[in-house]
Amino acid sequence: MIWETVRLALRSVRRNALRSFLTLLGIVIGVAAVIAMLTIGSGTTQKVKADISQLGSNLLIVRSGRPAAPGSGPQQTIRPLGEKEVAALAAHLEGVRAVSPASQKQVRVVFGTESLTSSITGTDNAYLDARDWKVTSGRSFSESEVRGGINACLIGETVRRQFFGAGDPDGASIRIGRMSCKVVGLLEPKGYSGFGQDQDNVVLMPLSAFQRRIAGNRDIETIYVAADDATPTQVVQTRIEDIMRDVRRVTADREDDFSVRDMTQIADAMASATATMTGMLGAVAGVSLLVGGIGIMNIMLVSVTERTREIGIRLAIGAHEKHILIQFLVEATVLSLLGGLIGIAIGLALAGAASLALSIPFVPSLAVVLLAVGFSALIGMVFGFFPALRGARLDPIEALRHE
Amino acid sequence: MSPAPLIVFDKVWKTYGQGEAEVRALAGIDLAIGQGEFVAIMGPSGSGKSTAMNIVGCLDTPTSGRYGFMGVDAGRLDRNRRAELRNLYIGFVFQGYNLLPRTTAVENVELPLIYRGVPAQDRRALAMKALAEVGLEDREHHTPAELSGGQQQRVAIARAIVTRPTLLVADEPTGNLDTARSHEIMQLLTRLNEEYGLTIVMVTHEADIAAYAGRTISFRDGHVASDTKKLEAA
Repeated sequence: MIWETVRLALRSVRRNALRSFLTLLGIVIGVAAVIAMLTIGSGTTQKVKADISQLGSNLLIVRSGRPAAPGSGPQQTIRPLGEKEVAALAAHLEGVRAVSPASQKQVRVVFGTESLTSSITGTDNAYLDARDWKVTSGRSFSESEVRGGINACLIGETVRRQFFGAGDPDGASIRIGRMSCKVVGLLEPKGYSGFGQDQDNVVLMPLSAFQRRIAGNRDIETIYVAADDATPTQVVQTRIEDIMRDVRRVTADREDDFSVRDMTQIADAMASATATMTGMLGAVAGVSLLVGGIGIMNIMLVSVTERTREIGIRLAIGAHEKHILIQFLVEATVLSLLGGLIGIAIGLALAGAASLALSIPFVPSLAVVLLAVGFSALIGMVFGFFPALRGARLDPIEALRHE
Repeated sequence: MSPAPLIVFDKVWKTYGQGEAEVRALAGIDLAIGQGEFVAIMGPSGSGKSTAMNIVGCLDTPTSGRYGFMGVDAGRLDRNRRAELRNLYIGFVFQGYNLLPRTTAVENVELPLIYRGVPAQDRRALAMKALAEVGLEDREHHTPAELSGGQQQRVAIARAIVTRPTLLVADEPTGNLDTARSHEIMQLLTRLNEEYGLTIVMVTHEADIAAYAGRTISFRDGHVASDTKKLEAA
């Protein structure tokens, strides 16, 4: 019986092909928009999370200067970080994996006839730990290189490609500004960051060498702290702040002249912001589904009116109210389900194209697809119900007289 | 010796509208039609014959009085129960054929069986048998648009008898047909009445069509004006 009704509904949809198509269009656009939004949205969320975890897991970043507040105007003279903060954190901070100082500068790097402006970072081996960064060939810095400020370099993938092509960079000497530096190791590629920055265009060297030869001072720009897995980053943040206030003699009545950023929290915040955005866009797209539903209701009312005589015949030869109700309900559902399926295909195609264009991962979700199928069927039933009921309630005598 | 009445009208009133605008379609009709009778109903328009037909066919219910069909007080059944009654015991033939457009003859004939819940393969066989009975077994895949008026009315008759009903209600079955076609249809109805004992109640305007029936009831102003039985002698 139900199969019979579905066949009947499909036939009626086919008979009015153009009208059915136009009615479907509302649902198609609505479902496609919802699917595309949600799929692109979850791809973006995933991308943001991945980008931030590229910085290193459980990472906290300590810098000098007050935490930037909106409208705070120009910052007062900043007391830079120095050796004593690093020493204090390294000595007293509990629940951490790595504490590493780092300073950075954009400098022109030359090898042979090639040159490249690269991000030169003076740091130590703990930096690799803090940022979950591996040395893929060669080695990391030796103890004596770090302590003595020897000109030894670890280079990123972009630098290697620029200078050495397929060749082996190990032991080669590159020129950074006015100093020359021996390449001892190659860093694992990290790709672009979420902010469009090439994270592989880097050269790492021992901090003291950087300070002496590149920066010309003994300041430290950033201290990277990686919390161990057992300690929540919020706890570590509080501990860092306590130690920093102590070392820098920030009394309780003064504002901090340093900032500690918890990258895990930032990652979560950004991911949840993206998710909220996705939800909002999805909801807006959902409104167009509603409009599509009203289109279905409209066309079903037309269909019931057009087929009043048919309803009269069916009632006369013994159809129950429920038979007529089901017939039109199934027809509306078939119509919107068909629209839903087409919409899913188009939505996924759009999301696929968008993820190629925006280089975000394509993460189609079965749950979202099933939800869309269910929702479009529901729309058919909800918006088809009133017209179907109207058909079912017709008086057979009146209906048979209808021209 | 006439069989127990299939149809009983007991002081049946039917009024439409209220107060000043009240229209009396039937004004206290008493009537009995027995199983196996072939009855023609005549009368000018507005005489109440259509209203009476609708009540006979369980499409409508009396305002007051009792309409008994097969011993059941059909006038007091709700519309779904009456739909079941129609589906099980009553076949309809209309002046305008009332076949579903763009639907083949055999599918049209199957229609009442669908609502009876007959499985698909049995439906097809029964429908083909009914089409054979009206002489259209070779036209089963034609749609109404591809059939002549007479053929369409035969399909409609096949649809009416496919459920083996007790009663056939025919509302001016020859109204849209030429004389030759009309007589063919009437011969078919007569044969169904004689061979299967199918009770037929038929509305018509034409005396020569009414002449096929064994009994003619005339309506006037909501009353039965005359009720005459044809003598079996002929």
